This record gives sequence, C-alpha cells and structure tokens, in this order.
Amino acid sequence: METTTAEHIIWQEQDLIRNEFPILKQTVNGRPLVYLDNGATTQKPVSVIRSMQEYYTMYNSNVHRGVHTLSQQATAAYEAARHQVAAFIGAHHHEVVFTKGTTDAINLVANGFRKDILKEGDEVIISAMEHHSNIVPWQLACEEKNAKLKVIPITDKGELEMDVFRSMLNPRVKLVSVAWVSNTMGTVNPVKEIIELAHEQGIPVMLDAAQAAAHIPIRVHELDVDFLALSGHKLFGPTGIGILYGKESWLDKLPPYQGGGDMIKHVTFEKTTYSEPPLKFEAGTPAICEAIGLGAAVAWASKLGIHRIGAYEHQLTEYAIAQLKAIPGLRFIGEAEHRSGAISFLVGDTHPSDVGVLLDQQGIAVRTGHHCTQPLCDRFGIPGTVRASLAVYNNTEDIDRLVEGVHKAVTLLG
Amino acid sequence: MMTIKEQQDRIIEDFEVFGDWMEKYEYIIQLGKDLPLIDPKYKTDDNLIRGCQSKVWLHAELTDGKLVFTADSDAVITKGLVGLVIQVLSGQTPKDIAEAEIYFIDAIGLTSHLSPTRSNGLLSMLKQIKLYAIGYQAKSLQN
Repeated sequence: METTTAEHIIWQEQDLIRNEFPILKQTVNGRPLVYLDNGATTQKPVSVIRSMQEYYTMYNSNVHRGVHTLSQQATAAYEAARHQVAAFIGAHHHEVVFTKGTTDAINLVANGFRKDILKEGDEVIISAMEHHSNIVPWQLACEEKNAKLKVIPITDKGELEMDVFRSMLNPRVKLVSVAWVSNTMGTVNPVKEIIELAHEQGIPVMLDAAQAAAHIPIRVHELDVDFLALSGHKLFGPTGIGILYGKESWLDKLPPYQGGGDMIKHVTFEKTTYSEPPLKFEAGTPAICEAIGLGAAVAWASKLGIHRIGAYEHQLTEYAIAQLKAIPGLRFIGEAEHRSGAISFLVGDTHPSDVGVLLDQQGIAVRTGHHCTQPLCDRFGIPGTVRASLAVYNNTEDIDRLVEGVHKAVTLLG
Repeated sequence: MMTIKEQQDRIIEDFEVFGDWMEKYEYIIQLGKDLPLIDPKYKTDDNLIRGCQSKVWLHAELTDGKLVFTADSDAVITKGLVGLVIQVLSGQTPKDIAEAEIYFIDAIGLTSHLSPTRSNGLLSMLKQIKLYAIGYQAKSLQN
C-alpha cells in the first residue's frame, strides 16, 4: 500500500498504539474482541485511565474553593485540562466551557437562544442528518417561541444539498446548527463553506463536532465558528465530560444555563451577579476527574497527531469499503465523497439487528439500529443500519474479521 | 396441555443438543421464519411494542378462560425468540401466566436478549404479556 509519511508512521506504530488500550486485549464469546463501535464511544488509553486514578489516589479535592494544598492541586489540574482542550481546538482557554458532553453543550446554547434571542417567526436551520441531540433542543426552543425549525435536505449519497441551504438563508434565521461529521453515514460536511455563507448574512453557526473530534483537526478561530460542541468519551476520554466552545462575545451574551455554586460573583436574596465565562456556565462542583481525564485524552491524541490519525483512518476506511463491497447484496447507506469514521450498510433484506446479534456472537462489536437519527432513517425508508465505526487502533485484521463475520451472519440468516 | 414449567423444560432439553452458537441461532432463525404468528389485522400501532432495535407486535385474546397470544417481529431472530415465548405462555390461564417464573431464556444461554441494552422488544413483550395476564385475572375476579 502506498503511503505518505504521515499515515506511514501509524501503520508502523499500530501494535504499539493498540497496546495502549488494555480493553482490546480480551476475548468476547470466545473470539478476540473486534471493537468497531467507536462512533458510540471510543476506548481509553492507559494514560487517561492513569490520570484519573492519580486524581482520586493523590489529590481529590473540590476546585475553585479551598485554600488548602489539595484543592489548589485539583484546581490547577482542572484548569490545565481546560488549557489542553483549548490548545487542541485552537481556542483561548476562557472560551472553553466544560459540559457533560455534546448534548449538554447544545442544550446550553439552545436554552440561551430560547430565553434571549429567538422571537416569534424566527428560524433555526439544522440538517436532515442530525443526531437527535441536535434536533430536539432546537425543537423545544422553537416550539416555545413559535419559531420555525428548518431542515437542510440531503442527497441520496448522504450529502447536504448546499444549493438549497443557500436559498434557506434569510434575515429571520437566527442560527445554523449542523453536524461536522454524520454519526450514521460518516459524511464530512463542508463546514467552512457553511460558516462563510451564514456569516455573509450575519447568521451565527454552531457545529456538533462529536464525530469529528477524534478524526479531523479542529481550529475554531480559523473556521471562525461561533459555537462548537464535543464529547470527551468519543475522543479517548471519559464519559460525563465534554466542552462547549463559544466565541467570547457570544459567551458574554448568553444567559447562565443553571444556577448554583462556582458560577456566581456575589449573591444576595435580591440580586446575584455572575462569574465571567466560562465559569458562568459551570454551576456546581464540576466533573473534575473527568475533565482531567479529557485533558490526558487530548494530550494523547495530540501526541499522535489528529491529522496523522485522519490520514491513517482514511486508508483504513477505503480498505473496509472495498472489502465490504464484495459481499453480495450489501449496500451502503451514505456514500459521500468526503467521509470519516462511520460506515453504514445493509445486506439484502436482513434486519440490522439480526446481523448485529450474529456479529456479537463472533466477538465483533458494531452498532445497529437508527443511531439516534430516526428522521435520517425515515429519509432512506430503512429501520436502521449496521454501522462499523473506526478509530486509530483499528487495523485491517479488524476489517477482515468484520467481513468474515458479515458473511457468516448473512449465510445463517439466508 | 403442558404446563408452563413443562413447556420451558422441553425447550431447555431441545436446546441441549446444539453443539455451538451457530446451530442454536440457526434453529432460532428457522423458528422465526416458519411461524406465521399474527393475523395481519392485528399488526397495528396499538399492538406495537417498540424496541430501539426491532419492533414486536403482540395481540392477546381470551378464549375459554385461556389467554392466546399471537405476535410478530420485523427482525427474524427476535421473531424466533418471540415464538419460543409464545410456545411457553400462550394457551395458559391468566392466573398461571401472571404467576409464572420464566427461566428458560436464561437456561438456554440467551439472557443477553433480555438485557435492557439490547432493547429488542423481547423484555417489553414479556412485561406486556404479564400485564395482559394480570389485567384479565383482575377482570375475572370482578365477575
């Protein structure tokens, strides 16, 4: 296989990289585990697990509160994690709000727009390939304000219809919120173009980067995106932590999401003044250990280099598509030109859930179902898909096992 | 008519002959394919038990004091499992169904199909069957 230097390094380092993920060294149903459900959650390298263990073993304490040594250590580590994540996405640290994850981050922004920005007759634009977490918060906000939720349609290949998007932009649109990468089809959307087009008309853009973060380098300032959300657990980090990036001017403008400790400057029963962002949005004791784990995760990914990871995965995806294509009756759901991570397919008239059960019997973990994108499945008139989603620790053997597994499943279902 | 316990023991015995998972699933798949389980007129949204992964339709009817179930699923493995549940519980009295302990799924090594994470509708279907049984039992006590 022809390789450039970037991905060549990862092909050579494959064994070393896999070795850093203890969970992969096990058998499931008597076979070595093949983990291809990275779109749902990635596995964690030892450095992440160790960072979290160290926190609870050595310096567990509450942040931003105590004068004692442990509290200062915990605060320093928590804020260092914020700096690490900020560097990872090319942001200033005060533009990075820790949240529970992508869903929480989108809800934070949707809540702010609902309260202070959306008016009757306004519009919010999303796309037909969104995860439910980038549909329902906007639906709730629009319903309450009698605003309209508009949906960018997609082509049969699973790409956004950009001409239609252009025609949808008008002064009533208050926000465009779209996925960078589709969790079901792996489509990489032209986010730079989307942002430029929206900004020409003064419309802010939010990106759901949950499926992009482990595969595509993120530079928020270069993109000039207004909001961006991602989840730690899809980026080799722990669950229960993610971030909202917001431009400073937007974070100043949005009202607090929740009230409580840590987000206040001064409280009286008559009036409370709030902390500056990002703390304004971090009420209560945060997920300290998880934030530290996320810091370790982005450090791990940065060391490897997201651009190198992406280049390697691109080759692996091409290999997978070529191998899967040879299975009689197999059809892909989503065949975008630019893709990353997820590969969705159906075989003949077999039900995705049946294929998933039989793959599990062979130690192969994939996701089946509608992947929290029911409107997308309705668009294609399917009950769901079988989805294999890749990460940097997957290799051609994993793909070969998947192909062999699908063959066996289809024979059994015959 | 075999009791619920006898039906379960019979299925457990049937499954003992299977050498590996493939034979077991081949049997379940065949069961799913062979059983025309439900009258199409009962395949309505009211009878639909929606799982995250697959759909199950369940219809209950009381005939001569016995509860008769018919069902279907859009996934063939789920349909096979549904077929097994029906073999065990259909045609029994509401009282027996309400009081029955279902142990055969565990015993034939298919417990994972009952886990809430699998969300294939089988667990919800079992719950629904029990609810029907309890409902009919309460009704018969009132009469």
